[in-house]
Amino acid sequence: MNPLLEITNLSAAVDGKPILKGLNLTVCAGEVHAIMGPNGSGKSTLAAVLAGRPGYEVAGGEVLFDGANLIDMKPEDRARQGLFLAFQYPVEIPGVNSTYFLKAALNEVRKARGLPELDAMEFLDLVRARMDVLHLDQSLLNRPVNEGFSGGEKKRNEIFQMAVLEPRLAILDETDSGLDIDALKIVAEGVNKLHRSDNAQVVITHYQRLLNYIIPDYVHVLHDGRIVRSGGKELAYELEERGYDWVTDHVKSERPELAAA
Amino acid sequence: MTRTLPTTPAEPRPLEAHLAAYEAFERSATETSPPWLRALRTSGISYFAELGFPTTEHEEWRFTNAAPLAQFPFKPVHRALRNAVTAADLARITFGGLRACRLVFVDGHFDMALSELLPHSTGAVMGSLAAAIERRGDLVEARLGRAAHHESNAFAALNTAFIQDGAFIHVPPRAVLEAPIHLLFIATKPGTVNQPRNLIIAEERSQVRVIEDYVSLAGSAYFTNAVTEIFTGQDAAIEHLKIQREGTAAFHVATIEAHHQRQSRVLSHSISLGARFARNDINLRLDGEGCESVLNGLFLATGDQVVDHHTIADHARPHCASHEFYHGILGGRAKGVFNGKIYVRKDAQKTDAKQTNKNLLLSDEASINTKPQLEIFADDVKCTHGATVGQLDDQAIFYLRSRGIGEELARQMLIKAFASTVLNRITVEPVREELERLLEERLAQPNA
Repeated sequence: MNPLLEITNLSAAVDGKPILKGLNLTVCAGEVHAIMGPNGSGKSTLAAVLAGRPGYEVAGGEVLFDGANLIDMKPEDRARQGLFLAFQYPVEIPGVNSTYFLKAALNEVRKARGLPELDAMEFLDLVRARMDVLHLDQSLLNRPVNEGFSGGEKKRNEIFQMAVLEPRLAILDETDSGLDIDALKIVAEGVNKLHRSDNAQVVITHYQRLLNYIIPDYVHVLHDGRIVRSGGKELAYELEERGYDWVTDHVKSERPELAAA
Repeated sequence: MTRTLPTTPAEPRPLEAHLAAYEAFERSATETSPPWLRALRTSGISYFAELGFPTTEHEEWRFTNAAPLAQFPFKPVHRALRNAVTAADLARITFGGLRACRLVFVDGHFDMALSELLPHSTGAVMGSLAAAIERRGDLVEARLGRAAHHESNAFAALNTAFIQDGAFIHVPPRAVLEAPIHLLFIATKPGTVNQPRNLIIAEERSQVRVIEDYVSLAGSAYFTNAVTEIFTGQDAAIEHLKIQREGTAAFHVATIEAHHQRQSRVLSHSISLGARFARNDINLRLDGEGCESVLNGLFLATGDQVVDHHTIADHARPHCASHEFYHGILGGRAKGVFNGKIYVRKDAQKTDAKQTNKNLLLSDEASINTKPQLEIFADDVKCTHGATVGQLDDQAIFYLRSRGIGEELARQMLIKAFASTVLNRITVEPVREELERLLEERLAQPNA
């Protein structure tokens, strides 16, 4: 099968400071990947680079999304091609109505896929069904995007948007942070329901906790801008037990050339 | 030794043309005017001659150069032009779907044929000021010139010198007017000066909504110098919506002076979109206990436009509230000025005054001078003010783009959102919707 996402030797910098230093990752349709790592290892930078956030300079390497060069695409084109980033810190947008925003986004995405735009009624039917999955109150639709939402509401709103836009590749950037266990279960349940054989999910997290509810096929450990270890879901448990020091110490002893970088 | 004085472009022309025009006007048009009106005009021209056009040395004109107004050839329009406006013109500019009494003024003069007065049984009078001077002289004499400060405002003085026509609205006690009154001022003659004078009286416990709307069919330059006086009686409620959508070459100066009695409620909007030069003075005097007022404003300037708002909320009595929200959007090389004063006089205990001015700069060359001013002489009051100047939020733009929304649409969504908090306070829905559309149209233009 052709990979959906193929990252080869990716390096990227923020404000001239190198963060990603030769990262490789391949994700195929139907797979769930978890990327774990300590603070500062480059997890959020990876998410930002993939979504095309301005200010992140790609210094080298290649990212192919369904065979096309992702780095050259505008953020909106990435989204239209089926890439979705669930933000670690969703942005409040005062004055922009949630329904209006989401309808505009969905119709852009549908246009790019050669589907007809939805009218107001069709849109509302779709949205209501997806809101139930995330246990979101429908009154949120009448409010400005994320404005005045609680932390949990913001995170659920991200997954709700994902449910509406139906991306082929979703990147969840620390979606578990700041969630209590009930909210975490709702979010995980939503993500699991959206999982299909023709899409893929990359779950970025600091803690193993989320992976009790979203079961990954692969777990990767990010350290100092590189994936230093990959394995099955059992790697997450091992990390939880032994801590990140275990991996980083391991790197130092096994591959001193990486540790020195 | 001879010295050459430097000539500055800010130097206004002498006032001869204006004074000569006044003399000609006084000889012809005013023969039939009542003595009190002639006295008022004389007072107007005297103060104008004394004050002259303001320069940037003038405190209230520090950031706005009025020289182009002083230099604009002074050709007042003394007579209404017939057939200058067609039904098709009118259909384009009357807010489709708006059910309103419509008073149309062409180059400052009432046009009965274009106007549409809905039947009403409230006893309200609405029509031209010229007619009101003839038929309701007592009512007009008691109010005209009593709120506007022509002794200190040169443009109000110039308008006063040439008082001839404009809108007159009298809402009798307890009358509630359901349909809004749309005052539509249409400029048709390039190179002229039109000076409508409007008088709005809402008596005790009455309610009325007035849209004062300036629009143009003339592409080239003309000069509007309008004065509106508003009086609200005890417990009366008025919504006054000033819309400035003049032609892009127009000069527009408007003075709105409102005098409010005990427990009246005022909702004042100023939406400024057009003209190459626009100056609005909006002054509320809260002269009775328990008045509540909202000053709500939105200005958009792009290209080389200049837009200036000066507002005053003058708290003269206790327990009054004034809440002010002005948003400015500036693109291209546009210049904006906002000056909001709150006066709290000695008697005005328990005043609740709040003022905010937020500005959005869309380009590096656009600028805004904003100055909130508080002058408080009472000691038991709650007053806050603040101003912000910023650009579109990059984080928000990226968030929208990351969902598939193109950069240009994302920017427009955020600008509209910024404007909508002001536009949403307008209660006349068809007008609000049309203003949203106009705003969108303007933002889509290349020099925005």
